[in-house]
Order: sequence, then C-alpha cells, then structure tokens
Amino acid sequence: MSGAQGSYYLPNPSAWPIIGSIGLFTLLLGFMLFLNEGTAGPWLMIFGACVTAFMLIGWFGTVINESEGGLYNDHVGMSFRMSMLWFIFSEVMFFAAFFGALFYTRTLAVPWLADTDLLWPNYEGGWPTAGPKGPMPIDADTAVSNPATQFSTIGPWGIPVLNTLLLLSSSITVTIAHHALKQNARGRLILWLGLTVALGIVFLYFQAIEYHHAYTELGLTLGTGVYGGTFFMLTGFHGLHVTIGAIMLAVVWLRCIRGHFKPDNHFAFEASAWYWHFVDTVWVGLFVFVYVF
Amino acid sequence: MATADAAHHGEHHAHPTGILRWITTTNHKDIGTLYLLFSLSMFMVGGLMALIIRAELFQPGLQVVDPHFFNQMTTMHALVMIFGAVMPGFVGFANWMLPMMIGAPDMALPRLNNWSFWILPFAFTMLLSSLLTAGGGPASGWTLYAPLSIQGGMSVDMTIFAIHMMGVSSILGAINVIVTIFNMRAPGMTLLKMPLFVWTWLITAFLLIAVMPVLAGVVTMLLTDRHFDTAFFNPAGGGDPVMFQHIFWFFGHPEVYILILPAFGIISEIIPTFSRKPLFGYTTMVLATAGIAFLSFIVWAHHMFTVGMPLAGELFFMYSTMLIAVPTGVKVFNWVSTMWRGALTFETPMLFAIAVVFLFTIGGFSGLMLAITPADFQYHDTYFVVAHFHYVLFSGSIMAMMGGAYYWLPKWTGHMYDEKLGKTHFWLNTIFFNITFFPQHFLGLAGMPRRIPDYALQFTEFNVISSIGAFGLGLSQLLFVYVVIKCVRGGEKASDEVWEQPRGLEWTVPSPAPYHTFETPPRVA
Repeated sequence: MSGAQGSYYLPNPSAWPIIGSIGLFTLLLGFMLFLNEGTAGPWLMIFGACVTAFMLIGWFGTVINESEGGLYNDHVGMSFRMSMLWFIFSEVMFFAAFFGALFYTRTLAVPWLADTDLLWPNYEGGWPTAGPKGPMPIDADTAVSNPATQFSTIGPWGIPVLNTLLLLSSSITVTIAHHALKQNARGRLILWLGLTVALGIVFLYFQAIEYHHAYTELGLTLGTGVYGGTFFMLTGFHGLHVTIGAIMLAVVWLRCIRGHFKPDNHFAFEASAWYWHFVDTVWVGLFVFVYVF
Repeated sequence: MATADAAHHGEHHAHPTGILRWITTTNHKDIGTLYLLFSLSMFMVGGLMALIIRAELFQPGLQVVDPHFFNQMTTMHALVMIFGAVMPGFVGFANWMLPMMIGAPDMALPRLNNWSFWILPFAFTMLLSSLLTAGGGPASGWTLYAPLSIQGGMSVDMTIFAIHMMGVSSILGAINVIVTIFNMRAPGMTLLKMPLFVWTWLITAFLLIAVMPVLAGVVTMLLTDRHFDTAFFNPAGGGDPVMFQHIFWFFGHPEVYILILPAFGIISEIIPTFSRKPLFGYTTMVLATAGIAFLSFIVWAHHMFTVGMPLAGELFFMYSTMLIAVPTGVKVFNWVSTMWRGALTFETPMLFAIAVVFLFTIGGFSGLMLAITPADFQYHDTYFVVAHFHYVLFSGSIMAMMGGAYYWLPKWTGHMYDEKLGKTHFWLNTIFFNITFFPQHFLGLAGMPRRIPDYALQFTEFNVISSIGAFGLGLSQLLFVYVVIKCVRGGEKASDEVWEQPRGLEWTVPSPAPYHTFETPPRVA
C-alpha cells in the first residue's frame, strides 16, 4: 500500500526478491558446477552474478527513489537503522567463526598435535606453522627458494601497518564528511567522502600487492597449512568486506554529488559509515592477531 | 472496518493475482501462509525419509535400501526437518502473529520479508536435488563432520550452498523479527506487556543472528578444505577435525533453542486461554527464556564428550549443561501453575499443549542424563540420543506447532476446525509418537548405535514396535492435513474472540483476520 503521510510506509508487491533468489541460486549452482568440473559452471556463475547485480541495483534504486520521494518517515528510518546494526552484528559473528578457528588452532590444536608422538614424532608445533606435512616457516618477509619446503610470513611493519594507518584515517575522513553533511557543507562532504573511498581503494591495492608478494615470493598460499588458510580466509573475507563497504560509500558519494540527503536525514550515509567503521575494527583485530602476534 | 479497508484499497496499485500474488507479496499474512505451507510440505518430505529409515529398521539385516542410501536418508531427514520444517514453520507463526500481537500494520521490512521466504524453495531445490546426483545425496549425517564430509561428492557442495542460502534467509528473517518487535509496537505495548510468544521470538531471532553466520563460516571452511587446498580440519597441515565439531556445535547448540523457544512461546499462549487464568510468573518466563539463551552459548561441547577434551572442559560443559535444567524447570513449573485451579477445558490446542509439557519434560530429563559426562560415554551415538531429541523436537517443537495451528486456524481462516477430527488427530499422533520413540530409549541403553541400517538380533522387538509406531505416526499426519484443508474450505463461522476471553490483540480483530490489520495502531492500556 502506498504510504499516507505520517503512517508507516508499506511497500507494494515487488518482484525484486524473487529476482534476487533466482540470481543467488544460479550463482551458487554455477559455482558448485565449476567446483565439480561442470562445463556450464562459469557461464551460470556469470549469469547469476549479473542477475544478482541487477537485483541489487534495481532494489536499492527503488528504495532510493522512495526515500527521495518522501515516502519514509522517521519511524521507517528507525527500522532501517536497527536492521543495519543487527546486520553488522551478523557480520561480526561471521568473522568470529574464523577468528575462533585461528585461536583454537594456535592455542590448542597445534600444541596438542606437537605433544602427540604417534603420527608425526618430530613435529615441533609453534606458530606460524603449516603442520607436520607442510612447508617449514622461515623469517618473515624472506623470499623463499623452494615453496614446497619453506614459506615465509608477512611482517606487520611493512604494508600491513601502512594499511592500518590507511583504514584508520579513512574512519576519520568519513566522520569529517558526516559532520560536513550535518552542517550542510556539501563541498566538504563530497571532498572528504571521496577521500574515504580513495583510501579504501588504496588499501585494496596494497593488499593485492601483498597477496602477489606472498604467492610469488614468500611461498605463502591458501594451501600453506593452517597458517595460510587462516591468514588468507581472514584477510580475504576482510578485503571482500572492504570492497563492499567501498562500493556502498561510492554510491553514497555519487548520491551526495546529485544532491541527495539532508542534514537531519541521511540513513544510507550513516549505514555505510557504520559498515565502514565495522570493517575498520575487524582490520585492527586482524592486524593484532594475524600480523603482530 | 471492512468498508474503510475497501476504500483504502482503491488507491492502491493493482495487486497481482494468482501465482504472482504469492511470489511478489509484501503482506505478512501472505508470507506467513507461504512459510507454513512450505513447512508442512517439508514435514511430509522429511517424514517420508523417516519412513524409509524405519522400514529398513523393521527387521535386522538389509532388505529395503542399501547402506549408502540409508545414510543419505538419515542425513537428509535431519536437514529437511530442521531447516525445512521446524524453522520455517516457526517463522510462519511469527509472520502471521507478531504484527497482530503487538498492534503493528505489518513486519518492519516487508520486501525483505518476501525475500527471506523466497530464498527457501531455491535452497531446498538445491539440497533435495543432490539426491539425484552421481553418488547420491550427502551421507555424512546432518552435522557434516569433517573429515567424512570432506571426502563426499558434489552433493556435499550442494548441501553447503543450500546451507548458505538458508542462512541468508534465516538472518534476514530474524533481523525483520527483531526490528518489528523493537520498532513496531503499538503505543502502550511496553516490552513487559508483550505476549510471551513475542518474547520468545525476540530471543530466538537474537540467537539466529548470532549463530547462523557461524554455521556459514564453518561450512565455508569445509568448502575451502574440499576445493581450495586449505587445512582447517586436516592435521597434516596443522588443522584439527575436532575444530569442525567445536565451531559447528557453537552454532548447533543455540540452534537447538532456536528450534524450541518459539514452541515455548506458543504453549505459553495456549495454556492460559484454556485455563482461563493469566500466565503464572510472566516475568520469570521472560527471564528464564533469556537465561536459556545465554546458557546456550556455553554448553556446546556436551555434544562432544567422547571426542577427546581436557578434563576441565568435560567438567565445565557438564555443569553448564545441567544448569539449563533450572530455567527450563522454571518454565515447566509456571505452565503447571497456570493450570493449577484453572477452569480447564480440553480443546485440541490445549491437549497438544499439555502433551508438550509432559513429553518435552521427558525429553528434558533424558537430556539431563546425557549431560552427565561419564554416563554419556555409554549413551553417546546410541538410540538413546535419538529418542531424546525426538522427545524435545517432535513432542516439543512440532507438536507445539500443531497445537498453535489448531489454536490460530480459526483466526486465520474464519472457520472453526473440526474439533472431533482434531482430537482424533491428537490422540493418534501422541499415541503413535510414544510407540515410535519410547522403545528407542531402551534400545539406546542396551547399546544400539544410531545411523546404522542393520542391528544385532536382540534389538529386533523394540525396532519392530518403533517402526509400526512410525508408520502410524506418519499416516496420522494425513488426518492433520485433511483437518487443515477442511478448515480452510469451510466450517462453523468463528467469532472474533474464537475462544473464551483469550488474551491478546489478535483476538480483537475479525476472524478471518483482514488482509491489513492495525493500520491505525491500537492503544494498549
């Protein structure tokens, strides 16, 4: 039903959800076939990804039009804000599973494995480790000559600390942009928000360089035992979330340029900023537990 | 009211009709109906799988299916029943009842609500079609323990992706429930005035958001171990298969309460109505629910007592598990106290509610037995465990849903269900349930392992009884379907109140509840 002034906006029937389901299903079906050597796999994946992207653009586009059309009151805005916070909580728990795996292997599983002399009597444990059958760790940032027998980790005080500074700065720039929006200083808003997106992109660029370095020179891959697995899954999923957050902020930036949002009403900006602070916080956890210690 | 509604509809865009109405709907009652029908159909599919299991176990030796297919059936039966029947069933109740109970015009995010549902048919298409692939469906048990699941075929990948989709559906649905409850209550509907069904769903939704992502994480690790060379669960690479169990059960134990807390909510609505008394100890009910939810996060390893854990871990998880009996005991006490000196009548919903209190308590006590670590070394992976969780899941969750269906069907359809047939269904269901599952306690204590297609001769008699009960239980559900269809199609006209002075806003709207209710929020005194 269309929202009368003052009442809670309830949307009309919508085809976007079913389009989203078809997209998601096709994407995952394609991925599954790809993993199991089905020839149709990659094509289905591309098709599914396109349908999903079409759904996201269309659905969010509808929401943006409804919002700019003045259909949402504060009550609806509160629903959106609460939903975003709970969604971020679910993301926190997703990362918690991988942090849990990291802590469990480091503090329990690897020491137990080292203490057990039955299968691998000469395994010493320690961290980093690629397990008794994996390559041996050598000093951080040392290029290895034979990745089958050796691997090296990435020290925290090169690219990672730089990336930490980049993300922390971007949390500050997005806050400056938020204050500018509240004061209706559109020029400053667009500048600082644009800078935030740029910092995010630079972060991703550095991470790509780091991954390339790890794969080609350090012998550190996804298959480098439990160290490589936890390292790449944690930083990889984080990088994915930085990408999503940067896309969200970029959309908000474009909307700012178009003159969307008001000083007292800008949910999409707030949600993207919260999400950005969330990926920032996760990175601090990563920096401390994956790189430093 | 009706004319006002009609006038209001005039301004609306043309609403799609036929199948498109159901695909595109943003109405909480439509979506609730979809969820409930989906749940019922998955209940039938999962039930058929159970009957294949029981047919094979009717006699010792192998006669009906081969062992590999038997393993697929035990795996799929659990996945379908948990993720397809029980969870969507409760979401269906939540969709129908929460907005009406708190005086809201709809769920907070109606389009998202539609998506939460419409992911599910696709997820189950993926899951069920894995049975048709080369090598058949997943056969590792629903818990997908590594390393067995790592060795499985492409059906395991299909299961993993189906679980990802179900997870998206559950998380989005749970966000919707929480936001609806926090943000959409009518003026005056303070938190401690909410019906207990709303409270239990609030806490259930919190649990869902907290643990479904953890399940997504652990099956993702399974996927990368299978295809991307990681070694999370492989000791040769420094990983640990036991870690799979830890992360899985960190999801799995709160999941158990996700499956039962809304049932407690339904029971807490039915018993006061037919006792003609307010719920005894409302605040302690809320606190007990919250207490159970909290404890659910610190008991997971009681599923793993025999897998090898330090003594301190065994003791911690034993005592924390036993603590759960305290808030659960509070609940049972309160239900019984609500009935105490009430003017009881025994319509079908009340029969189901009383049976749930009684039978769930049996399941709770067998759970306490399993919580005792040294005793669990004997019971672990035996039919005692199977009996235990069917007493809490079938005679807890599913029978509570059946009771809830009879309780609210008149409000949903505008017709009374056939009381005589409803009672017949109750008695057939409950008697056959006990014939099926009570003997399994003895089988387990005598040492019959679960998830096996064949067994030693001394277990024959109890297995014969159990299988006969299972077929009776399965057939008696056809009567349930008949009663529901009959009620939808017609019957005695139900009044707005339906029952004798029931409490709750849902009884203040007409029966059947109009398409839109509480567009203007009611004022709650």
